[in-house]
Amino acid sequence: MKKIITIIRPDKLEDVKQALEDIGCHGMTVKEVKGRGIQLGITESYRGTDYKVDLLPKTQIEIVAKKEDVDSIVDAIVSSAQTGCIGDGKIFISPVEDVIRIRTGERGEKAI
Amino acid sequence: MDPVLNSGDTAWMLISTALVILMTIPGVALFYGGLIRRENVLNTLFLSFITFAIVSVLWFVYGYDLAFGADIWGVLGTLTNPFFSGVLESGTLSTYAPTIPTALYAVFQMTFAAITVALISGAIVERMKFSAWLAFVPLWLTAVYIPIAHWVWGGGWLYQMGVLDFAGGMVVHLSSGVAALALVLLVGIRKNAKLLPHHLGYSVIGTGLLWFGWFGFNAGSALGATNLAISAMIVTNTSAAMGMLAWVLMDKLNTGKPTLLGALSGAVAGLATITPAAGYVNVTAAMIIGFVSAVICYYAVSHLKPLIGYDDALDVFGIHGMSGIIGTLAAGVFATPLINSTIKGGLIAGNPTQVGIQLIAIVSVVIYSFGVTYAIGWIINKTIGLRVEEDHEVQGLDLNLHEESGYRLS
Repeated sequence: MKKIITIIRPDKLEDVKQALEDIGCHGMTVKEVKGRGIQLGITESYRGTDYKVDLLPKTQIEIVAKKEDVDSIVDAIVSSAQTGCIGDGKIFISPVEDVIRIRTGERGEKAI
Repeated sequence: MDPVLNSGDTAWMLISTALVILMTIPGVALFYGGLIRRENVLNTLFLSFITFAIVSVLWFVYGYDLAFGADIWGVLGTLTNPFFSGVLESGTLSTYAPTIPTALYAVFQMTFAAITVALISGAIVERMKFSAWLAFVPLWLTAVYIPIAHWVWGGGWLYQMGVLDFAGGMVVHLSSGVAALALVLLVGIRKNAKLLPHHLGYSVIGTGLLWFGWFGFNAGSALGATNLAISAMIVTNTSAAMGMLAWVLMDKLNTGKPTLLGALSGAVAGLATITPAAGYVNVTAAMIIGFVSAVICYYAVSHLKPLIGYDDALDVFGIHGMSGIIGTLAAGVFATPLINSTIKGGLIAGNPTQVGIQLIAIVSVVIYSFGVTYAIGWIINKTIGLRVEEDHEVQGLDLNLHEESGYRLS
């Protein structure tokens, strides 16, 4: 099993949700987060003075999936969240040791 | 004008009074509230509301009399009706506006006093103790606003010299702008002095209410439903519009992009600058005043402030202080008896001495407001203390001073 953490533009959340739903991926946890990439944020101007804003609002989606589903999920996210501009986000994939469904006590892939 | 109550004038002045109240609560409160960190939004709104409440009470305890009562040596009025006793009951007509009741003139003037003190709060937001502000408001009202209002409008020495200040260039904007500068020098720079508005939408609503309410402020200062009120309304709107356009132009030239906060700032600068001249100038002058105002205020907040290094959080000095100076001088230059037959006019109308009178008034108000505000702030700092504790400032004032949160997600 794998955990897929993806950071996307907040306005792309609905597109990504729909793309994941289209491939049968329903479970997810969504957080509002702030972050920055290699370009170190953006510059904003207030009353003629420039300010560096280096932590921008982003949306983080966490999905735990079977190993064989990871590629299709990644493809769905990339195709639905991509604008081609700086700030589209990133996807991180890491192994998951176990999953437990609290309601039933089921473990492993059955509990995803 | 016959000393007979005119119901049209009275109706207009009641409306104007309500309009100016709208400028402070919620106009100034929202304008300022949108421009600060989200952790300080309630404290910032609160400063305007509590100021309005304190001034509303003190104005009728002694404020109106001391500002507009019978003159003593050109300095202060006489306290003849403490607690406004007998004024409501007598129903007399105002000596300053013979077609409306004295009480109506007094409450109209109360709204000016309230917004003037509330304006200062924009400079010290995000770091001043609430208790220190509670002490500052009555002291500043009494020692600074009331004397200056008397000098300029209540028969004091500047009034006797013939100074022109139609709706408060010196009394409201210059006095509060300079006071803001004095106070921030005492309070000091914020730990994080970046001006990053947390909710510009509030500021849009606040500025809209200010613009709308300013018609009561300036056209109301005609003290009746007259042609002068209409003229004041038009030049006020023209100057605000020109100020907005000029600031947008400055933004475009300097940073490449027009900003909404810039547009709002330009409108406020245009409104504040036309204020002392609103009852004396024509539309052409209003266009010039609005344009010049925005350009100078733009440089004051974007270049002068960083150069000197003071932390006037919401640019009270940079916008209101500068506008007070520019507008007061502009009244001395552009005032014309063709608009207001009760005056001789300014430089262009062939009365160059008016500019000198305006300059004397500006210098006097700057020195007096700065000096007395600094003294008041110094005393409060030595007793109550002006500045919140460092961890309170970092975490935000809403939670630490009021145990409330402006935004709760659950």
